[in-house]
Amino acid sequence: MRFFIRRGIFYIVTAWAAVTLNFFLPRMMPGDPVSSLIIKSGGQISPDAINSLKVLFGLDNGQSLWEQYTSYWNQLFHGDLGLSFAFFPTPVSSVIQQSLPWTVGLVGIATILSVILGTTVGTLIGWRRGTKADAVLPVATFFSAVPYFWFGLIAILLFAVTWDFFPASKGYQPGLIPAWNWEFISSVLWHGILPALTIVVSSISGWILGMRNMMVTVSSEDYVTVAQAKGLKERRVMVSYAARNAVLPQISSFALALGFIVGGTLVMEMVFSYPGIGFVLYQAVTASDYPLMQGCFLVITLAILVANMMADVVYAFLDPRTRQEG
Amino acid sequence: MTTTAPALTNATLQAADPILEIKNLSVDYGFGDDPTHVLQDVSLTLNRGEVLGLAGESGCGKSTLAYGATRLLPPPGVIRGGEVIFTGRDGVKTDILTLNDKDLRTARWRDFAIVFQGAMNSLNPVHRVGTQLIDAIKAHGKTATKQEARDRAAYVLEMVGINADRLKAYPHQLSGGMRQRVMIAMALVLEPELLIMDEPTTALDVVMQRQILEEITDLRDRLGFSVIFITHDVSLLVEVADRIAIMYAGEIVEAADAKDAYLRPRHPYTRGLLNSFPPLRGPRRELQGIPGSPPDMAKLPSGCRFADRCPFVMDRCRTEDPALSRTALKMSEPERLVACHLHDGKASEVPAELAIQAPQK
Repeated sequence: MRFFIRRGIFYIVTAWAAVTLNFFLPRMMPGDPVSSLIIKSGGQISPDAINSLKVLFGLDNGQSLWEQYTSYWNQLFHGDLGLSFAFFPTPVSSVIQQSLPWTVGLVGIATILSVILGTTVGTLIGWRRGTKADAVLPVATFFSAVPYFWFGLIAILLFAVTWDFFPASKGYQPGLIPAWNWEFISSVLWHGILPALTIVVSSISGWILGMRNMMVTVSSEDYVTVAQAKGLKERRVMVSYAARNAVLPQISSFALALGFIVGGTLVMEMVFSYPGIGFVLYQAVTASDYPLMQGCFLVITLAILVANMMADVVYAFLDPRTRQEG
Repeated sequence: MTTTAPALTNATLQAADPILEIKNLSVDYGFGDDPTHVLQDVSLTLNRGEVLGLAGESGCGKSTLAYGATRLLPPPGVIRGGEVIFTGRDGVKTDILTLNDKDLRTARWRDFAIVFQGAMNSLNPVHRVGTQLIDAIKAHGKTATKQEARDRAAYVLEMVGINADRLKAYPHQLSGGMRQRVMIAMALVLEPELLIMDEPTTALDVVMQRQILEEITDLRDRLGFSVIFITHDVSLLVEVADRIAIMYAGEIVEAADAKDAYLRPRHPYTRGLLNSFPPLRGPRRELQGIPGSPPDMAKLPSGCRFADRCPFVMDRCRTEDPALSRTALKMSEPERLVACHLHDGKASEVPAELAIQAPQK
C-alpha cells in the first residue's frame, strides 16, 4: 500500500510541475495572444475591442503573476482552458472534447491491436527461434522502416483510389450528423479501417521484436529449464514461465505508447485528414493559436502521466520485485 | 600379466541394482558441419540408494553429462548417441533418450528431479514459492485437490526446515540458502527415485553449505533416493558421496569408492585435483594445483587429453588415448577404474604417489 501512496504523491507533484510549466511557458514567449489577434486582423481593430480581448484572455494589466497563476488553476478545475483563435470564439475545451474521442478511439484501438498481435507473434517466434517463422521479422521490420506518411499515401492510393475499397479521408461520411445510430457508426468504422491498419502494420514490428528478444533472453533463464525439468506442459512453460516474465518490458513500452495515443499520430491524422487531436494541434500550430496549443499540450501531458500511473500499477501487480512491502 | 586389461565400456563393473545406466553418451555443441564433441562415449552407472559424486574442473562436461542424460541440454547442445537406461522401483527399464515428449514429461520430476546450479535463478521471480511447488504437483496429477497439493507443498517445505507460511513468499524475499532449500524441497515434492544435484552449494557460504549437505544426507537416509552430486569441490564429495567419478575434458578418467579416490588416487589428474584443495585433516601442506588449463574442446590433442598437464607423461600418452579400465593393482581393487597408460603395466611401474596401497584388513 505504501508503494501506491508514494507513487501517487510522485504523480501529483509531477502533474503540478507540468501544469505550472504549461502556465509559465507561453508567458515567457515574446508577444501575447492579443497582439497576434491584432496582427491577424491586419490592424483593423478598435482600441475598445483590444481592451475587451485583453480582459477576455486575462491579460488586463491589473493582475500580478501570482493572481494569474491562482486564477489559472481555478479555471483549470472548472475545465476552462480559454478560447481558441483558430476556431474563435469556441472554447479550447470543447475543441479538444470534439477531437479527442476520435484519436483515442482510432489510435487507441490500433495500438492495442498492434501490442496484442505483436506480443503474441513475438512470444511464438521467440519460443521457437530458428524456425521458418523467423521470416516474419524482416517483413515486419520493412514496414516499420518505411516512412509512415509515404506508407499511408501508398495505402490510400492502392486501397482507396486504384481499388475503391475504403474511403481516402475524413472520419465519417460528410453530410452525416454524428449520432448513435448504425448509419453513423458504420460510417465511422468504415473510415477507420485503413488508418488503423496502416498504424498496426507500421508499428507491429517493434512489439514483435521487443517480445521476441525478451523471450530469447528469458528462455535461457534457469527457471525456464527448471519448469521444463518439472515436466510441465510445453504451453504452460512458454506462457507462465517464459512469456510471463518476458512481457514485463512490453508493459512499460505500452504505457509510453498509450501516452502518445493522445498526442495522436500527427502524420496519420494529416495523411487521412482525420478529425483527431493531432490534426487540431497541427492547425493550432499553423494558426499560432496559443490557447489551443496550451490546451493540447496539457491534455497530452496529463494523458502521459495517467498512462504511466496505470503502467506502474499494472507493473507492480505483475512483478512482485517492484513492490516494496513493509 | 603384461597384456592390457580389456577396455570396459561401463564405468563401473556390473552393479547389482542399477537405477541409472548411462551408456556411451555422446554430446555435441553446435549444429553445423564442425560441431564440438563435448562428451564422447561416456558411460556411468548409478546404483540404487547410492550417492555418486561427479567431480572435475569447470568446463569438463559434468553438467553437460547430467543435462544430456535428462534431455535438458540448452541449444546448441545435441545428443549424438548413447543410451540412458532408467530402472524404476518396479523394475521397468526405460531409455530416457528415446521416450516421446509426453512420456518424457511424465517421467520428469516423478522419476528424476534436478537441483540446479545457482539457486538464485532457479525460481521464477514473479511467482510465489508455493505456486512453483504446486505447479510440479499439478503437472503430474498426483494429488487430486488443491488443498492436498498445498498440504504436500507445505510438508516438503517443512521437511527442509522452512516454515510452511513461506509458501506465500516470493523468491526475492528469501535468502540464498533458503532458496536452495526450496529448490531441494521442490525436487523432492514427488518423491523421485533419482536426484541430480548440480553444484547445489556453490553460491552459498561454508556454514550454509554444511547445513545443506547434512540435510541432503539426512533426507536421503529417510527417503532412500539415489543422488548424482556434481561439484568441483572434491573434498566436499568425500563426505557426501559413496562413489566418485572424476571427469576431465569430457571423459571419465577415474571411478572409485569415495574414500579410496580421496586417499589413494590412481590417476594423475585426480591426484592433482586433490592437491588443489586444503586437506581436511592432517598436517598442513603446500597447495599445488594443476599447471596449465584444460584443452580446448574444439581442438582436442590426439592421445591422452591430460598429457600436456601430466607430470608423468610418456611418449605413448601423446598418441594413444587410454581406455577406462582396471588399475595396475587390479587384484587388490577389482572395483576401481582408471583411464591412464601408467596402469597398463605392472603395479611396480606405477609411480609411488599413484599406487598407495589400501591398509590390509
